[in-house]
Amino acid sequence: MPSMTMIEAIRSAMDIMLERDKKTVIFGEDVGYFGGVFRCTAGLQEKYGQERVFDTPINESAIVGMAIGMAAHGMRPCVEMQFADYMFPAFDQISQEAARLRHRSNGDFTCPMVVRMPTGGGIFGGQTHSQSPEALFTHVAGLKVVQPSNPFDAKGLLISAMEDPDPVIFLEPKRLYNGPFGGDHSGKAIGWKHHPMGEAPAGYYKIPLGKANISRHGEDVTILAYGTMVHVAEAAVLASGIDAEIIDLRTLLPLDLKTIIASVVKTGRCVVLHEATRTSGFGAELIAEVQEACFYHLEAPVVRVTGWDAPYPHAQEWDYFPGPDRVQRALEQILEA
Amino acid sequence: MTQLAKLRFPTPPSRPGESVDFSHLLISDVGQLPVPKLDLSAEDSAPYAHGLIRVLDDNGKASGPWADYLKATGSVKMLRNGLRDMLKMRAIDQRLHIAQRQGKTSFYMQCTGEEAIGCGFARMLKKGDMNFPTYRQQSLLVGADYPLELLIGQVYSNSMDPLKGRQLPIMHSSREYGYFSVSGNLGTQYVQAVGWAMAAALMKDDGIAAGWIGDGATASNDFHGALLTASVYRPPVVLNVVNNQWAISSCTGFAGGSRKTTYAERALGYGIPAIRVDGNDYLAVLAASKWAIERTRKGLGPVLIEWLTYRVAAHSSSDDPSSYRSKDEAAAWPLGDPVERLKEHLISIDAWSDERHVQAEAQVLDEVRVVQKEVETHGTFVDPQPMSPVDILRDVYAEMPEHLLRQRKELES
Repeated sequence: MPSMTMIEAIRSAMDIMLERDKKTVIFGEDVGYFGGVFRCTAGLQEKYGQERVFDTPINESAIVGMAIGMAAHGMRPCVEMQFADYMFPAFDQISQEAARLRHRSNGDFTCPMVVRMPTGGGIFGGQTHSQSPEALFTHVAGLKVVQPSNPFDAKGLLISAMEDPDPVIFLEPKRLYNGPFGGDHSGKAIGWKHHPMGEAPAGYYKIPLGKANISRHGEDVTILAYGTMVHVAEAAVLASGIDAEIIDLRTLLPLDLKTIIASVVKTGRCVVLHEATRTSGFGAELIAEVQEACFYHLEAPVVRVTGWDAPYPHAQEWDYFPGPDRVQRALEQILEA
Repeated sequence: MTQLAKLRFPTPPSRPGESVDFSHLLISDVGQLPVPKLDLSAEDSAPYAHGLIRVLDDNGKASGPWADYLKATGSVKMLRNGLRDMLKMRAIDQRLHIAQRQGKTSFYMQCTGEEAIGCGFARMLKKGDMNFPTYRQQSLLVGADYPLELLIGQVYSNSMDPLKGRQLPIMHSSREYGYFSVSGNLGTQYVQAVGWAMAAALMKDDGIAAGWIGDGATASNDFHGALLTASVYRPPVVLNVVNNQWAISSCTGFAGGSRKTTYAERALGYGIPAIRVDGNDYLAVLAASKWAIERTRKGLGPVLIEWLTYRVAAHSSSDDPSSYRSKDEAAAWPLGDPVERLKEHLISIDAWSDERHVQAEAQVLDEVRVVQKEVETHGTFVDPQPMSPVDILRDVYAEMPEHLLRQRKELES
């Protein structure tokens, strides 16, 4: 299998779908001629032409609004928000329109659309290029919310998303675009070339939405994570020597509760990780589900490690990012409990 | 002493108890504006965006180039049918407004005074075209011969409701009849219309889209987004602004409507040609719609139409306009009532009479009443019939995911 960065994997998924389905269109800010600020669409306009891959004005609400109109008419738009932080002007279109179209029209109009957006911090992006707004999307009935942690998953999940009959929010952890990142910000760049999940088939394949992946099997504690935090969890587990089971959720909505419950019932302990702010974060939802399903199997209170409840800082990024040290402390704490 | 900045706060034509002043309205005389070529540019459309296309004068007489333009394809029969459409629209509004007052439904919105716009525009569309309406464009459905039982069923949210009771009354949806699912969030649909039109062009069908927005919601960001994207990609879309003077209790001034400029003129800055039309003149509506739709279908790019009209009724059944505007405003509206004006015109050309009018009114009212009674047998808010609660959870997704299956179990237990 060819080695791919996450960028190449995402590009490959779009390339394949542009080839397979003539109704597929891709657009967003700087997405066309230039190929996207993160290069995810590089070369696609040249290959498929301006009518399939094009640039847009800087108006996220219009980008998603146009996509809704196109999707309702039978096309398959896959649009890019340049940063997840920029999606807020489009939140009305996403949450009130795209998400509800099927329901409110009793299936007369539907919205098969993908909204891709780079999410999370780790690139010194400051508070408007670092946020993780996944919980805002998982709170909206009618959306599906996906966040891959590696190139193999990213490609298979994006192809699934682009074939899905419903609107899918596809969050791409930007810190993982060029390599796995376990939270060591000292500057040692490790590319996807040396990571087993950095290999992906060149052709078409799918990873189903709504299915988690157990990225490390273990007996003593379950770690629930997604995106960058999967790698942070792995780093913490490696450093601590704790036999943890790491579940990479991959899809947050709909959630693969079966896999989560089976693991927590087995380990009796659960640590929940995310980079987003803590209060009302997706971790709260995970903990609620875990305690409801696994209460009598729990040996200790469920713990979460998250970003602080403050705007994402620029210079103090690594004091904000929930790195492996904090995760390791949480693991040790829950095992002592 | 330095003069300090002072804010301006727009004032309406009247407040309760005051005399009404509509003298600020820019109203051209009939026949002033010729019918432009279909490929009219934004620059050349300036007189059309500032002026007002009219066919009927104050005495119901049709004249001028737009009257001739319409005569070339229109017929007296078409006008009589238009009058019937408007009477039907008025009867529907009247009956359903009363039904709301009787508690048979939770909510209703009338389009009184604005009937000509949708009734006329819809007659110029063809199958496959798609309107992206606001909540006050039910006249588009009447003009498209949408089955009455579906229209009324939606308002009663009963088993006749094609939307299964999920949407607020009046927020219809019908792909077949070219009526996109109405959203209560204003402005959003305007840019969706642009997207639909882009898809039509990309998929190479000859359908067009029509976006609809009120003067009040031109204030929304998506109005700008729609004009901008329409000007950038030039898809086949007609962008309609229904300028009915009021946004609930806020006068059109709060959307920036002022003495010196029109809503149509806003399109010119985007390079989109625009025309301003007397929306209470059914003949002007037909003629302008025909021109704009033909132009759009021929791939000549987007066009904006400002329909000058007046919201005669309350914003909704939850609103009481007597608390913020004079009761005399509707009567003082300089462009009159669309039904009365068309009636007068048809009588003046010996194609109609007062007797026939009274007959037609009674006939459509009866037609509406019969269907209404039938639909009411399927349940009203006064006499509700059970609807399946599980329907709440259907169609959230194409397939019900695990978490909704669990909620379904809970709902059914």
